[in-house]
Amino acid sequence: MSAVQGKRTGVEAVAAKGWFRAHKWLILRRISQFSILALFLVGPWFGQWIVKGNLAYSYTLGVLPLTDPYVALQSMAAGHLPETLGLIGMAIVVVFYLLVGGRVYCSWVCPVNVVTDAAGWLRDRLGIKGSVHLGRNTRYWILGMTFIGSAITGVVLWELINPVSMLHRGLIFGMGMAWTVVLAVFLFDLFVMSRGWCGRLCPVGAFYSLIGRWSPVRVAAPKRAACNDCMDCFEVCPEPQVIRPALKGEGKGVGPVILAPNCTNCGRCVDVCAKDVFAFGLRFNNPVSTAQPAVVQTEIK
Amino acid sequence: MTAKPPKSGAARRQFIFDSAKMVCGVGMLGLGLGLYAKQSKALPALALRPPGALPEDDFLGACIRCGLCVRDCPYNTLELAKPETPVATGTPFFNARNIPCEMCDDIPCIKACPTGALDHSLTDINKAKMGVAVLIDHETCLNFLGLRCDVCYRVCPVIDKAITLDLQPNTRTGRHAMFLPTVHSEHCTGCGKCEKSCVLEEAAIRILPPKLAKGELGKHYRLGWDEKSKAGQSLIDESKMLDLPDRLPEGAVLPGHYDPASGHTESLRGMPGSEAGAIPSLPPGLGGKP
Repeated sequence: MSAVQGKRTGVEAVAAKGWFRAHKWLILRRISQFSILALFLVGPWFGQWIVKGNLAYSYTLGVLPLTDPYVALQSMAAGHLPETLGLIGMAIVVVFYLLVGGRVYCSWVCPVNVVTDAAGWLRDRLGIKGSVHLGRNTRYWILGMTFIGSAITGVVLWELINPVSMLHRGLIFGMGMAWTVVLAVFLFDLFVMSRGWCGRLCPVGAFYSLIGRWSPVRVAAPKRAACNDCMDCFEVCPEPQVIRPALKGEGKGVGPVILAPNCTNCGRCVDVCAKDVFAFGLRFNNPVSTAQPAVVQTEIK
Repeated sequence: MTAKPPKSGAARRQFIFDSAKMVCGVGMLGLGLGLYAKQSKALPALALRPPGALPEDDFLGACIRCGLCVRDCPYNTLELAKPETPVATGTPFFNARNIPCEMCDDIPCIKACPTGALDHSLTDINKAKMGVAVLIDHETCLNFLGLRCDVCYRVCPVIDKAITLDLQPNTRTGRHAMFLPTVHSEHCTGCGKCEKSCVLEEAAIRILPPKLAKGELGKHYRLGWDEKSKAGQSLIDESKMLDLPDRLPEGAVLPGHYDPASGHTESLRGMPGSEAGAIPSLPPGLGGKP
Protein backbone atom coordinates (compact mmCIF):
# COMPACT_ATOMS: atom_id res chain seq x y z
CA MET A 1 0.00 0.00 0.00
CA SER A 2 2.75 2.35 0.91
CA ALA A 3 4.37 1.83 -2.47
CA VAL A 4 1.14 2.72 -4.23
CA GLN A 5 0.92 5.94 -2.33
CA GLY A 6 4.54 6.67 -3.14
CA LYS A 7 5.31 6.79 0.55
CA ARG A 8 7.44 4.29 2.40
CA THR A 9 6.28 2.99 5.74
CA GLY A 10 7.85 4.89 8.60
CA VAL A 11 9.02 7.94 6.65
CA GLU A 12 6.85 10.20 8.75
CA ALA A 13 8.17 8.72 11.94
CA VAL A 14 11.77 9.24 10.83
CA ALA A 15 10.97 12.83 9.95
CA ALA A 16 9.23 13.45 13.25
CA LYS A 17 11.45 11.53 15.65
CA GLY A 18 14.76 10.97 13.88
CA TRP A 19 16.07 7.68 12.47
CA PHE A 20 17.22 6.19 15.74
CA ARG A 21 14.04 6.79 17.69
CA ALA A 22 12.04 5.55 14.70
CA HIS A 23 14.03 2.28 14.79
CA LYS A 24 14.69 1.96 18.51
CA TRP A 25 12.81 -1.26 19.20
CA LEU A 26 13.85 -2.80 15.91
CA ILE A 27 17.50 -2.21 16.80
CA LEU A 28 17.02 -3.55 20.31
CA ARG A 29 15.31 -6.61 18.89
CA ARG A 30 18.10 -7.29 16.42
CA ILE A 31 20.64 -6.84 19.21
CA SER A 32 18.68 -9.32 21.30
CA GLN A 33 18.39 -11.86 18.48
CA PHE A 34 22.03 -11.66 17.48
CA SER A 35 23.33 -11.56 21.06
CA ILE A 36 21.48 -14.75 21.88
CA LEU A 37 22.82 -16.36 18.75
CA ALA A 38 26.31 -15.09 19.60
CA LEU A 39 26.10 -16.64 23.06
CA PHE A 40 25.40 -19.98 21.41
CA LEU A 41 28.20 -19.46 18.90
CA VAL A 42 31.14 -18.44 21.11
CA GLY A 43 31.36 -22.04 22.25
CA PRO A 44 31.76 -23.74 18.90
CA TRP A 45 33.65 -20.81 17.36
CA PHE A 46 36.03 -19.78 20.12
CA GLY A 47 35.92 -22.64 22.58
CA GLN A 48 34.48 -20.45 25.32
CA TRP A 49 31.47 -22.38 26.52
CA ILE A 50 28.85 -20.03 27.88
CA VAL A 51 25.81 -21.71 26.41
CA LYS A 52 25.73 -25.30 25.19
CA GLY A 53 22.97 -26.73 23.08
CA ASN A 54 20.38 -24.93 20.99
CA LEU A 55 16.90 -23.47 21.31
CA ALA A 56 15.38 -26.89 22.00
CA TYR A 57 17.43 -27.18 25.17
CA SER A 58 20.42 -25.24 26.39
CA TYR A 59 22.61 -25.29 29.43
CA THR A 60 24.20 -22.00 30.42
CA LEU A 61 27.41 -21.86 32.46
CA GLY A 62 26.58 -25.21 33.96
CA VAL A 63 23.74 -23.76 36.03
CA LEU A 64 20.84 -22.56 33.91
CA PRO A 65 18.84 -25.13 31.95
CA LEU A 66 16.35 -23.83 29.39
CA THR A 67 14.01 -26.16 27.56
CA ASP A 68 11.68 -25.36 24.69
CA PRO A 69 8.34 -26.37 26.21
CA TYR A 70 6.81 -27.00 22.78
CA VAL A 71 9.42 -29.61 21.87
CA ALA A 72 9.30 -31.11 25.36
CA LEU A 73 5.50 -31.35 25.23
CA GLN A 74 5.63 -33.13 21.88
CA SER A 75 8.10 -35.54 23.45
CA MET A 76 5.70 -36.04 26.35
CA ALA A 77 2.85 -36.62 23.90
CA ALA A 78 5.07 -39.27 22.36
CA GLY A 79 5.26 -40.86 25.80
CA HIS A 80 8.59 -39.67 27.20
CA LEU A 81 9.22 -37.48 30.22
CA PRO A 82 12.36 -35.30 30.22
CA GLU A 83 14.94 -35.66 32.99
CA THR A 84 14.95 -33.29 35.95
CA LEU A 85 17.07 -30.59 34.30
CA GLY A 86 14.88 -30.72 31.23
CA LEU A 87 11.77 -30.23 33.35
CA ILE A 88 13.32 -27.37 35.34
CA GLY A 89 14.37 -25.70 32.10
CA MET A 90 10.85 -26.06 30.81
CA ALA A 91 9.39 -24.44 33.93
CA ILE A 92 11.81 -21.51 33.72
CA VAL A 93 10.96 -20.83 30.07
CA VAL A 94 7.21 -21.10 30.65
CA VAL A 95 7.30 -18.71 33.61
CA PHE A 96 9.47 -16.24 31.70
CA TYR A 97 7.12 -16.11 28.74
CA LEU A 98 4.07 -16.06 30.97
CA LEU A 99 5.43 -12.73 32.19
CA VAL A 100 6.82 -11.08 29.06
CA GLY A 101 4.40 -12.49 26.52
CA GLY A 102 4.95 -15.76 24.71
CA ARG A 103 5.52 -14.34 21.30
CA VAL A 104 8.42 -12.29 22.58
CA TYR A 105 10.14 -15.55 21.63
CA CYS A 106 9.17 -14.91 18.02
CA SER A 107 10.32 -11.33 17.78
CA TRP A 108 13.23 -11.19 20.21
CA VAL A 109 14.76 -14.69 20.06
CA CYS A 110 13.75 -16.71 17.01
CA PRO A 111 16.33 -16.60 14.21
CA VAL A 112 13.68 -17.16 11.54
CA ASN A 113 12.18 -13.79 12.46
CA VAL A 114 15.15 -12.12 10.82
CA VAL A 115 14.51 -14.14 7.67
CA THR A 116 10.79 -13.43 7.47
CA ASP A 117 11.25 -9.76 8.42
CA ALA A 118 13.73 -9.52 5.56
CA ALA A 119 11.17 -11.11 3.24
CA GLY A 120 8.49 -8.71 4.45
CA TRP A 121 10.78 -5.73 4.00
CA LEU A 122 11.76 -6.82 0.49
CA ARG A 123 8.14 -7.52 -0.39
CA ASP A 124 7.33 -3.96 0.62
CA ARG A 125 10.30 -2.51 -1.26
CA LEU A 126 9.52 -4.43 -4.44
CA GLY A 127 5.86 -3.58 -4.12
CA ILE A 128 4.81 -7.20 -4.48
CA LYS A 129 1.04 -7.40 -4.38
CA GLY A 130 -1.24 -10.33 -4.00
CA SER A 131 -0.94 -13.10 -1.53
CA VAL A 132 -2.39 -16.56 -1.22
CA HIS A 133 -5.01 -16.41 1.48
CA LEU A 134 -4.76 -18.67 4.46
CA GLY A 135 -6.48 -18.10 7.77
CA ARG A 136 -4.37 -16.90 10.67
CA ASN A 137 -5.75 -19.70 12.80
CA THR A 138 -4.15 -22.32 10.50
CA ARG A 139 -1.15 -22.42 12.83
CA TYR A 140 -3.32 -23.59 15.73
CA TRP A 141 -4.63 -26.46 13.66
CA ILE A 142 -1.05 -27.36 12.78
CA LEU A 143 -0.12 -27.03 16.45
CA GLY A 144 -2.87 -29.47 17.43
CA MET A 145 -1.87 -31.80 14.62
CA THR A 146 1.74 -31.93 15.83
CA PHE A 147 0.63 -33.02 19.30
CA ILE A 148 -1.79 -35.64 18.04
CA GLY A 149 0.75 -36.75 15.43
CA SER A 150 3.49 -37.04 18.05
CA ALA A 151 1.20 -39.17 20.18
CA ILE A 152 0.32 -41.45 17.25
CA THR A 153 3.76 -41.82 15.69
CA GLY A 154 5.80 -41.70 18.90
CA VAL A 155 8.14 -39.23 17.20
CA VAL A 156 8.71 -35.57 18.14
CA LEU A 157 6.85 -34.74 14.97
CA TRP A 158 7.40 -31.08 14.20
CA GLU A 159 11.13 -31.37 14.82
CA LEU A 160 11.39 -33.49 11.70
CA ILE A 161 10.81 -30.41 9.57
CA ASN A 162 10.82 -27.38 11.91
CA PRO A 163 12.65 -24.59 10.01
CA VAL A 164 13.23 -22.71 13.28
CA SER A 165 15.29 -25.48 14.83
CA MET A 166 16.87 -26.33 11.50
CA LEU A 167 18.20 -22.79 11.11
CA HIS A 168 19.33 -22.39 14.70
CA ARG A 169 20.82 -25.87 14.88
CA GLY A 170 22.38 -25.34 11.49
CA LEU A 171 24.13 -22.15 12.57
CA ILE A 172 25.53 -23.82 15.67
CA PHE A 173 26.09 -27.43 14.70
CA GLY A 174 26.60 -27.17 10.95
CA MET A 175 24.14 -26.06 8.31
CA GLY A 176 24.21 -28.83 5.73
CA MET A 177 21.21 -28.46 3.45
CA ALA A 178 19.15 -26.69 6.13
CA TRP A 179 19.67 -23.42 4.25
CA THR A 180 17.34 -24.71 1.54
CA VAL A 181 14.51 -24.91 4.06
CA VAL A 182 15.27 -21.41 5.31
CA LEU A 183 15.41 -20.10 1.75
CA ALA A 184 12.06 -21.78 1.08
CA VAL A 185 10.52 -19.94 4.04
CA PHE A 186 12.01 -16.66 2.78
CA LEU A 187 10.72 -17.12 -0.76
CA PHE A 188 7.35 -18.32 0.51
CA ASP A 189 6.93 -15.13 2.53
CA LEU A 190 8.26 -13.00 -0.30
CA PHE A 191 6.28 -14.30 -3.25
CA VAL A 192 3.55 -16.65 -2.07
CA MET A 193 2.06 -15.34 1.13
CA SER A 194 2.63 -12.06 2.90
CA ARG A 195 3.70 -12.78 6.49
CA GLY A 196 2.88 -16.38 5.64
CA TRP A 197 5.26 -18.38 7.78
CA CYS A 198 5.25 -16.59 11.14
CA GLY A 199 1.76 -15.18 10.76
CA ARG A 200 -0.17 -18.23 9.58
CA LEU A 201 1.75 -21.49 9.61
CA CYS A 202 4.39 -21.72 12.32
CA PRO A 203 3.07 -23.81 15.24
CA VAL A 204 5.98 -22.71 17.42
CA GLY A 205 4.68 -19.15 17.42
CA ALA A 206 1.15 -20.46 17.91
CA PHE A 207 2.30 -22.39 20.95
CA TYR A 208 4.08 -19.40 22.46
CA SER A 209 1.06 -17.20 21.82
CA LEU A 210 -0.91 -19.54 24.06
CA ILE A 211 1.71 -19.31 26.83
CA GLY A 212 1.62 -15.52 26.66
CA ARG A 213 -2.17 -15.36 26.54
CA TRP A 214 -2.37 -13.48 29.85
CA SER A 215 1.08 -11.96 30.07
CA PRO A 216 1.26 -8.58 31.79
CA VAL A 217 3.78 -6.94 29.44
CA ARG A 218 1.89 -5.52 26.46
CA VAL A 219 2.04 -2.92 23.76
CA ALA A 220 -0.70 -0.36 24.20
CA ALA A 221 -2.00 2.67 22.36
CA PRO A 222 -2.44 5.10 25.27
CA LYS A 223 -2.36 8.12 22.94
CA ARG A 224 -4.72 6.60 20.40
CA ALA A 225 -6.60 9.86 20.25
CA ALA A 226 -3.61 11.30 18.41
CA CYS A 227 -3.80 8.69 15.62
CA ASN A 228 -3.91 10.31 12.18
CA ASP A 229 -4.76 7.10 10.34
CA CYS A 230 -1.51 7.04 8.39
CA MET A 231 -1.73 3.21 8.52
CA ASP A 232 2.01 2.80 9.02
CA CYS A 233 1.49 0.60 12.09
CA PHE A 234 -0.79 -1.73 10.13
CA GLU A 235 1.76 -1.81 7.33
CA VAL A 236 4.65 -2.69 9.54
CA CYS A 237 2.93 -5.04 11.96
CA PRO A 238 3.46 -8.77 11.38
CA GLU A 239 0.05 -9.41 12.95
CA PRO A 240 -1.93 -6.30 11.95
CA GLN A 241 -5.25 -7.74 13.09
CA VAL A 242 -4.16 -7.32 16.73
CA ILE A 243 -3.90 -3.52 16.49
CA ARG A 244 -7.40 -2.55 15.45
CA PRO A 245 -9.34 -3.41 18.63
CA ALA A 246 -6.99 -1.39 20.80
CA LEU A 247 -6.30 1.48 18.44
CA LYS A 248 -9.88 1.92 17.27
CA GLY A 249 -11.64 0.74 20.42
CA GLU A 250 -12.52 4.15 21.71
CA GLY A 251 -16.27 4.41 22.00
CA LYS A 252 -16.69 0.62 21.83
CA GLY A 253 -15.63 0.07 25.38
CA VAL A 254 -12.29 -1.44 24.41
CA GLY A 255 -9.22 -0.25 26.24
CA PRO A 256 -5.98 0.77 24.51
CA VAL A 257 -3.93 -2.32 25.49
CA ILE A 258 -3.30 -4.81 22.70
CA LEU A 259 -4.54 -7.99 24.34
CA ALA A 260 -4.52 -10.30 21.34
CA PRO A 261 -2.14 -13.19 22.09
CA ASN A 262 -0.59 -12.98 18.66
CA CYS A 263 0.99 -9.59 19.28
CA THR A 264 4.69 -10.42 19.33
CA ASN A 265 5.69 -7.40 21.43
CA CYS A 266 8.11 -6.47 18.68
CA GLY A 267 7.49 -2.77 19.18
CA ARG A 268 7.63 -1.85 15.48
CA CYS A 269 4.34 0.02 15.84
CA VAL A 270 5.92 2.05 18.63
CA ASP A 271 8.84 2.89 16.36
CA VAL A 272 6.91 3.65 13.24
CA CYS A 273 4.27 5.94 14.68
CA ALA A 274 5.08 9.58 14.12
CA LYS A 275 2.51 10.56 16.74
CA ASP A 276 3.91 8.26 19.44
CA VAL A 277 0.53 6.64 19.88
CA PHE A 278 1.99 3.33 21.04
CA ALA A 279 4.09 2.44 24.04
CA PHE A 280 5.06 -0.63 26.03
CA GLY A 281 3.04 -1.01 29.19
CA LEU A 282 1.17 -3.41 31.43
CA ARG A 283 -2.11 -5.04 30.58
CA PHE A 284 -3.69 -3.83 33.82
CA ASN A 285 -3.36 -0.21 32.80
CA ASN A 286 -6.26 -0.49 30.40
CA PRO A 287 -8.93 2.17 30.91
CA VAL A 288 -11.96 1.86 28.66
CA SER A 289 -11.54 5.41 27.43
CA THR A 290 -8.38 7.34 26.65
CA ALA A 291 -10.17 10.03 24.69
CA GLN A 292 -9.29 13.64 24.90
CA PRO A 293 -12.40 15.82 24.95
CA ALA A 294 -11.88 16.95 21.35
CA VAL A 295 -11.88 13.48 19.80
CA VAL A 296 -15.09 11.86 18.76
CA GLN A 297 -15.05 8.44 17.21
CA THR A 298 -18.05 7.25 15.31
CA GLU A 299 -18.02 3.65 14.28
CA ILE A 300 -20.74 1.76 12.51
CA LYS A 301 -19.89 -1.88 12.83
CA MET B 1 -8.18 -20.57 18.39
CA THR B 2 -11.20 -21.00 16.17
CA ALA B 3 -13.96 -18.45 16.61
CA LYS B 4 -17.06 -19.52 18.46
CA PRO B 5 -19.70 -21.09 16.20
CA PRO B 6 -21.97 -18.28 15.06
CA LYS B 7 -25.71 -18.44 15.43
CA SER B 8 -27.16 -18.00 11.96
CA GLY B 9 -27.57 -21.03 9.70
CA ALA B 10 -25.50 -19.71 6.81
CA ALA B 11 -22.73 -18.60 9.12
CA ARG B 12 -22.80 -21.97 10.81
CA ARG B 13 -22.49 -23.70 7.48
CA GLN B 14 -19.56 -21.47 6.61
CA PHE B 15 -17.98 -22.23 9.95
CA ILE B 16 -18.33 -25.96 9.37
CA PHE B 17 -16.88 -25.68 5.88
CA ASP B 18 -13.99 -23.56 7.12
CA SER B 19 -13.28 -26.09 9.83
CA ALA B 20 -13.52 -28.92 7.33
CA LYS B 21 -11.05 -27.10 5.11
CA MET B 22 -8.60 -26.80 7.98
CA VAL B 23 -9.04 -30.36 9.17
CA CYS B 24 -8.51 -31.71 5.67
CA GLY B 25 -5.61 -29.42 4.77
CA VAL B 26 -3.77 -29.81 8.03
CA GLY B 27 -4.72 -33.49 8.07
CA MET B 28 -2.95 -33.94 4.74
CA LEU B 29 0.13 -32.25 6.17
CA GLY B 30 -0.14 -34.46 9.23
CA LEU B 31 -0.44 -37.59 7.13
CA GLY B 32 2.64 -36.63 5.16
CA LEU B 33 4.55 -35.87 8.34
CA GLY B 34 3.40 -39.10 9.94
CA LEU B 35 4.60 -41.18 7.01
CA TYR B 36 7.86 -39.25 7.03
CA ALA B 37 8.12 -39.98 10.76
CA LYS B 38 7.68 -43.67 10.06
CA GLN B 39 10.42 -43.53 7.45
CA SER B 40 12.69 -41.64 9.79
CA LYS B 41 12.65 -44.58 12.16
CA ALA B 42 14.63 -46.58 9.62
CA LEU B 43 18.09 -45.79 10.91
CA PRO B 44 20.83 -46.66 8.40
CA ALA B 45 22.80 -49.68 9.58
CA LEU B 46 26.08 -47.80 9.89
CA ALA B 47 24.68 -44.84 11.86
CA LEU B 48 25.16 -45.62 15.53
CA ARG B 49 23.41 -43.94 18.42
CA PRO B 50 25.30 -42.79 21.55
CA PRO B 51 25.66 -45.25 24.46
CA GLY B 52 22.46 -45.84 26.39
CA ALA B 53 20.26 -44.72 23.50
CA LEU B 54 16.74 -46.08 23.65
CA PRO B 55 15.60 -48.35 20.82
CA GLU B 56 15.11 -46.25 17.68
CA ASP B 57 11.31 -46.16 17.98
CA ASP B 58 11.51 -44.65 21.45
CA PHE B 59 14.59 -42.58 20.78
CA LEU B 60 12.87 -40.36 18.22
CA GLY B 61 10.12 -39.61 20.73
CA ALA B 62 12.43 -38.89 23.64
CA CYS B 63 15.31 -37.01 22.00
CA ILE B 64 14.68 -33.27 21.71
CA ARG B 65 17.66 -32.68 19.39
CA CYS B 66 19.53 -30.29 21.68
CA GLY B 67 23.01 -31.61 20.95
CA LEU B 68 24.23 -31.59 24.56
CA CYS B 69 25.60 -35.11 24.12
CA VAL B 70 27.50 -33.89 21.07
CA ARG B 71 28.99 -31.03 23.08
CA ASP B 72 30.04 -33.12 26.05
CA CYS B 73 31.66 -35.90 24.02
CA PRO B 74 35.41 -35.32 24.54
CA TYR B 75 36.33 -37.04 21.28
CA ASN B 76 33.91 -35.26 18.91
CA THR B 77 32.52 -38.65 18.07
CA LEU B 78 28.92 -37.56 17.86
CA GLU B 79 27.25 -35.27 15.39
CA LEU B 80 23.71 -34.04 14.86
CA ALA B 81 22.06 -35.25 11.69
CA LYS B 82 21.63 -32.59 9.04
CA PRO B 83 18.48 -32.52 6.92
CA GLU B 84 20.18 -34.36 4.07
CA THR B 85 21.60 -37.10 6.34
CA PRO B 86 19.52 -40.29 6.22
CA VAL B 87 19.07 -40.06 10.00
CA ALA B 88 16.17 -38.21 11.65
CA THR B 89 17.08 -34.51 11.45
CA GLY B 90 18.87 -33.12 14.46
CA THR B 91 19.38 -36.41 16.26
CA PRO B 92 22.86 -37.48 17.42
CA PHE B 93 24.71 -40.35 15.79
CA PHE B 94 28.19 -41.48 14.94
CA ASN B 95 29.87 -43.45 12.24
CA ALA B 96 32.34 -45.89 13.72
CA ARG B 97 34.61 -45.85 10.67
CA ASN B 98 35.03 -42.08 11.10
CA ILE B 99 35.31 -41.68 14.86
CA PRO B 100 34.44 -44.58 17.16
CA CYS B 101 33.17 -44.28 20.72
CA GLU B 102 36.06 -44.21 23.17
CA MET B 103 33.91 -45.64 25.97
CA CYS B 104 34.55 -42.99 28.64
CA ASP B 105 34.15 -44.39 32.15
CA ASP B 106 31.98 -41.46 33.25
CA ILE B 107 29.83 -41.50 30.06
CA PRO B 108 29.50 -37.69 29.77
CA CYS B 109 27.08 -37.89 26.85
CA ILE B 110 24.48 -39.65 28.97
CA LYS B 111 24.99 -37.23 31.86
CA ALA B 112 24.43 -34.28 29.52
CA CYS B 113 21.18 -35.60 28.11
CA PRO B 114 18.19 -33.61 29.47
CA THR B 115 15.75 -36.34 28.45
CA GLY B 116 15.49 -40.07 28.79
CA ALA B 117 16.67 -40.56 25.20
CA LEU B 118 20.01 -41.71 26.63
CA ASP B 119 19.23 -44.07 29.47
CA HIS B 120 20.58 -42.46 32.65
CA SER B 121 20.52 -45.78 34.47
CA LEU B 122 23.43 -46.96 32.32
CA THR B 123 26.45 -46.20 34.49
CA ASP B 124 28.83 -48.94 33.35
CA ILE B 125 30.01 -48.24 29.81
CA ASN B 126 30.90 -51.90 29.40
CA LYS B 127 27.19 -52.66 29.47
CA ALA B 128 26.49 -50.29 26.57
CA LYS B 129 24.96 -51.79 23.45
CA MET B 130 25.50 -49.33 20.64
CA GLY B 131 25.60 -52.21 18.22
CA VAL B 132 27.41 -55.48 17.71
CA ALA B 133 30.64 -55.98 15.82
CA VAL B 134 30.31 -58.47 12.99
CA LEU B 135 33.22 -59.86 11.02
CA ILE B 136 31.19 -59.41 7.95
CA ASP B 137 33.60 -60.38 5.18
CA HIS B 138 35.42 -63.69 5.52
CA GLU B 139 36.93 -63.31 2.08
CA THR B 140 39.03 -60.22 2.68
CA CYS B 141 39.74 -60.37 6.42
CA LEU B 142 43.49 -60.86 6.58
CA ASN B 143 43.23 -63.34 9.42
CA PHE B 144 40.85 -65.42 7.36
CA LEU B 145 43.50 -65.39 4.63
CA GLY B 146 45.82 -67.01 7.16
CA LEU B 147 47.78 -63.83 8.05
CA ARG B 148 48.26 -62.45 11.53
CA CYS B 149 46.69 -59.00 11.28
CA ASP B 150 44.82 -59.21 14.61
CA VAL B 151 44.30 -55.43 14.69
CA CYS B 152 40.60 -55.56 15.54
CA TYR B 153 41.36 -57.98 18.33
CA ARG B 154 44.21 -55.85 19.70
CA VAL B 155 42.28 -52.55 19.76
CA CYS B 156 39.16 -54.00 21.32
CA PRO B 157 38.63 -52.31 24.71
CA VAL B 158 37.09 -55.55 25.88
CA ILE B 159 39.88 -57.70 24.43
CA ASP B 160 39.59 -61.47 24.91
CA LYS B 161 35.97 -61.11 25.89
CA ALA B 162 34.26 -59.23 23.07
CA ILE B 163 36.71 -60.47 20.46
CA THR B 164 38.73 -63.67 20.76
CA LEU B 165 41.00 -65.36 18.25
CA ASP B 166 39.77 -68.85 17.50
CA LEU B 167 42.26 -71.26 16.06
CA GLN B 168 41.35 -73.23 12.97
CA PRO B 169 43.59 -75.37 10.79
CA ASN B 170 44.70 -73.59 7.64
CA THR B 171 43.77 -76.13 5.00
CA ARG B 172 45.41 -74.06 2.26
CA THR B 173 48.91 -74.51 3.64
CA GLY B 174 48.08 -77.64 5.50
CA ARG B 175 50.50 -76.76 8.27
CA HIS B 176 49.45 -73.43 9.80
CA ALA B 177 46.66 -72.18 11.96
CA MET B 178 44.20 -69.42 11.14
CA PHE B 179 43.46 -67.06 14.01
CA LEU B 180 39.87 -66.13 13.37
CA PRO B 181 38.60 -63.01 15.16
CA THR B 182 35.36 -64.07 16.79
CA VAL B 183 32.92 -61.60 18.33
CA HIS B 184 31.02 -62.50 21.47
CA SER B 185 27.97 -60.31 21.44
CA GLU B 186 27.30 -60.46 25.17
CA HIS B 187 30.53 -58.51 25.78
CA CYS B 188 30.62 -56.30 22.66
CA THR B 189 29.49 -52.71 23.35
CA GLY B 190 29.48 -51.67 19.71
CA CYS B 191 32.05 -48.94 20.30
CA GLY B 192 33.40 -49.43 16.80
CA LYS B 193 37.13 -49.32 17.51
CA CYS B 194 37.55 -52.56 15.58
CA GLU B 195 35.75 -51.14 12.55
CA LYS B 196 37.74 -47.93 12.76
CA SER B 197 41.06 -49.74 12.88
CA CYS B 198 40.43 -52.47 10.30
CA VAL B 199 43.37 -52.10 7.93
CA LEU B 200 41.41 -52.89 4.77
CA GLU B 201 40.16 -50.25 2.35
CA GLU B 202 36.66 -51.20 3.41
CA ALA B 203 36.39 -52.61 6.89
CA ALA B 204 35.79 -56.35 7.04
CA ILE B 205 34.47 -55.98 10.59
CA ARG B 206 31.61 -53.59 11.14
CA ILE B 207 29.24 -52.53 13.87
CA LEU B 208 25.67 -53.40 13.03
CA PRO B 209 22.48 -52.84 14.97
CA PRO B 210 21.86 -55.94 17.12
CA LYS B 211 18.65 -56.49 15.20
CA LEU B 212 20.64 -56.96 12.00
CA ALA B 213 23.61 -58.70 13.53
CA LYS B 214 21.97 -61.31 15.67
CA GLY B 215 19.94 -64.40 14.96
CA GLU B 216 17.49 -65.55 17.57
CA LEU B 217 16.68 -69.09 18.66
CA GLY B 218 13.07 -70.06 19.00
CA LYS B 219 11.82 -69.44 22.52
CA HIS B 220 11.27 -73.17 22.98
CA TYR B 221 14.81 -74.12 22.04
CA ARG B 222 16.91 -75.80 24.70
CA LEU B 223 20.53 -76.68 24.15
CA GLY B 224 20.94 -80.25 25.35
CA TRP B 225 24.47 -79.78 26.58
CA ASP B 226 23.53 -76.68 28.55
CA GLU B 227 20.58 -78.41 30.14
CA LYS B 228 22.75 -81.40 30.89
CA SER B 229 25.36 -79.32 32.69
CA LYS B 230 22.65 -77.39 34.52
CA ALA B 231 21.05 -80.62 35.72
CA GLY B 232 24.43 -82.19 36.46
CA GLN B 233 23.44 -85.30 34.54
CA SER B 234 21.80 -86.40 31.37
CA LEU B 235 18.13 -85.58 31.25
CA ILE B 236 17.24 -88.93 29.70
CA ASP B 237 17.98 -92.47 30.65
CA GLU B 238 20.91 -93.16 28.37
CA SER B 239 20.60 -96.89 28.84
CA LYS B 240 17.30 -96.78 26.95
CA MET B 241 18.67 -94.62 24.15
CA LEU B 242 18.17 -95.97 20.65
CA ASP B 243 21.02 -95.66 18.22
CA LEU B 244 19.59 -95.37 14.73
CA PRO B 245 21.57 -96.58 11.73
CA ASP B 246 24.29 -94.32 10.37
CA ARG B 247 24.87 -94.12 6.65
CA LEU B 248 28.56 -94.43 5.98
CA PRO B 249 30.57 -94.05 2.79
CA GLU B 250 30.88 -97.20 0.76
CA GLY B 251 33.23 -99.67 2.34
CA ALA B 252 33.79 -97.64 5.46
CA VAL B 253 33.37 -99.29 8.77
CA LEU B 254 32.72 -97.57 12.02
CA PRO B 255 32.80 -99.92 14.95
CA GLY B 256 29.69 -99.69 17.02
CA HIS B 257 27.52 -98.40 14.23
CA TYR B 258 25.13 -100.20 12.05
CA ASP B 259 24.85 -99.27 8.39
CA PRO B 260 22.32 -101.21 6.38
CA ALA B 261 24.00 -100.30 3.08
CA SER B 262 27.55 -101.18 4.07
CA GLY B 263 27.22 -104.85 3.58
CA HIS B 264 28.02 -105.45 7.19
CA THR B 265 25.00 -107.20 8.44
CA GLU B 266 25.76 -107.14 12.08
CA SER B 267 26.48 -104.25 14.25
CA LEU B 268 29.30 -104.67 16.64
CA ARG B 269 28.20 -104.92 20.16
CA GLY B 270 29.89 -104.12 23.33
CA MET B 271 31.36 -100.87 22.07
CA PRO B 272 30.95 -97.60 23.94
CA GLY B 273 27.44 -96.26 23.56
CA SER B 274 25.94 -99.60 22.76
CA GLU B 275 25.73 -101.12 26.17
CA ALA B 276 23.30 -103.78 27.19
CA GLY B 277 22.45 -104.68 23.67
CA ALA B 278 20.06 -101.78 23.40
CA ILE B 279 20.87 -101.23 19.75
CA PRO B 280 18.52 -103.10 17.52
CA SER B 281 20.24 -104.86 14.71
CA LEU B 282 17.69 -103.58 12.29
CA PRO B 283 15.79 -100.45 11.63
CA PRO B 284 12.33 -100.93 13.06
CA GLY B 285 9.80 -102.38 10.66
CA LEU B 286 12.20 -103.75 8.06
CA GLY B 287 12.13 -107.29 9.23
CA GLY B 288 15.15 -109.50 9.76
CA LYS B 289 18.24 -109.51 7.66
CA PRO B 290 20.25 -112.65 7.23
